[in-house]
Amino acid sequence: MREFKKGPRAVDGIDLRVEPGEIYGFLGPNGAGKSTTVLMLTTLLPPTAGTATVAGYDVVREGPQVRSVIGAALQEAALDNLLTGRDHLRLQTMLQGLPRKQRKARGEELLVRVGLTEAADRKVGGYSGGMKRRLDLALALVHRPRVLFLDEPTTGLDPQSRTALWDEVGRLAREDGVTVFLTTQYLEEADVLADRVGIIDHGRIVAEGPPAALKAEIGRPSVHATPARETDRARIGNLLTQFGDPLGDGELAVRLHDGFGLADVIRGVDGEGLALHDVEVRAPSLDDVFLEKTGRTLEGAAESEDPISQPARR
Amino acid sequence: MSATEGIAPPRLRGEVLATQIAAVAGRSIRRTLRQPALSIPPLVFPVALMFVNAAGLELSTLLPGFPTDSFLAFALAVPFVQGALFATMNAGTDLARDVQTGFLSRLSLTSMRGSSLLLGQLAGIVALGLVQSIFYIAVGLAAGVDFASGIGGIGVLLLFSLVVSLGFGALGSFLALRTGTGEAVQGMFPLLFVFLFISSMNTPRELIAVDWFRFAATANPVSYLIECVRTLIIEGWNGRALALGFGIAIAIAALSLALASWALRERMTRT
Repeated sequence: MREFKKGPRAVDGIDLRVEPGEIYGFLGPNGAGKSTTVLMLTTLLPPTAGTATVAGYDVVREGPQVRSVIGAALQEAALDNLLTGRDHLRLQTMLQGLPRKQRKARGEELLVRVGLTEAADRKVGGYSGGMKRRLDLALALVHRPRVLFLDEPTTGLDPQSRTALWDEVGRLAREDGVTVFLTTQYLEEADVLADRVGIIDHGRIVAEGPPAALKAEIGRPSVHATPARETDRARIGNLLTQFGDPLGDGELAVRLHDGFGLADVIRGVDGEGLALHDVEVRAPSLDDVFLEKTGRTLEGAAESEDPISQPARR
Repeated sequence: MSATEGIAPPRLRGEVLATQIAAVAGRSIRRTLRQPALSIPPLVFPVALMFVNAAGLELSTLLPGFPTDSFLAFALAVPFVQGALFATMNAGTDLARDVQTGFLSRLSLTSMRGSSLLLGQLAGIVALGLVQSIFYIAVGLAAGVDFASGIGGIGVLLLFSLVVSLGFGALGSFLALRTGTGEAVQGMFPLLFVFLFISSMNTPRELIAVDWFRFAATANPVSYLIECVRTLIIEGWNGRALALGFGIAIAIAALSLALASWALRERMTRT
């Protein structure tokens, strides 16, 4: 648990276990407590109460041991704009205590790995967002960590850079056996990348499991309708409730009851002499899981939250 | 090779500490050299001010009891302290930026010890302070100033500059770590300059006619730092001035280091 003075309880009694070699996606809106959790697990923020171990080490009592086995790329890629990529790797290899003979080779190996060899001697101030994130990842890997923490690693990246980073993170877990703890507010990221997902809201875990299992829990698809005439909105809304439970958030949408399908909905609309501009069936997504557990969509929650993504220390 | 194989073998603690200090110091120097707007003013401004003062106040040397007939030789002591102040503010601002941008958190996540960060940062400041001092000495020699204490005195002067840079550097680090903002560190700059101007920088204390100013200059530790340098340039070996100068410089360094170490512990809240 972590409380802040004059602030909310940012993380409130979460209980989770991540298996070695697993990619664990920590999904939630801004201010849900994701970054606070990462700061505690990486020893940068002492918990107010509770215990946590990383790779077998207690995050409060064995901070140095924890730091020796983890790598972390925090929410902002905190790089020095005046240093080059190679300078950063030199600094990191020295600070992580790599023997002199290994430093250069390790730096070069990582530059190749993240595709920054050509840009290695350019100052980081001229790097794109994606390049900074890749360098950040390389720096986190310098000392060959067993556990890697990535705090919203793709926020603000273009789709191409995002996919490239996903590939690299996937390789790290599959080929090198690195355990990855990844926070994200992107449903797709958690869905594509994570072996298991923990959904956090208001500092509490509201759902946890493999993405497929979580979606299967919801089970039934949803129907989303757009009326041809706005004046029919209320009538269509009433009609849809015959086929499922309303999803809220002002949308004409229902989670279908067992035994009903799209054809039933269309027949019902036709039978009432109503018209639809568009109708869509959606398989359950992680957003539906979030909606089911919290009554809000992730996107809506992100907009309504008061972010605590960078909590003030103490 | 996989990302998780071949973890570096344990090394001697002292060797690791030395490497970490060298890494942070190297970064500090590299950053300064890559920002000409930060590295050149501490060299140029104090020297320019010295020449302006020397040109305007040359007639002060005619005052009865003035210790030298060259105001330039008299004023050459000031850049050593002024330059250290400049460099201090720059270093403090740099460290504050590290706090603001999260770079300090990145460093906190490594196996680096807090003492390595502080000592490395200060080693960088001291190295740059040494370069500044050599520059001021070279300018003085080129302008025809004779160092009364000879080569040995120049060596002592460099040693003194080193202690002053360490003290002011630690003070800048303390301000940076305590406030966490570059603006706050820069806001302290005028205050520190007040200490410089209310000192014996332009007139020997015993010749200051205005009572309150003489009192303030006598109470001001910066006066003794300047006089320590000055005595090596224009007088030779003056045990009392050297003892006072070194004593105050060492006291400032010790106090600032203690404050900076405390502020670093507060700032790096890692477990």
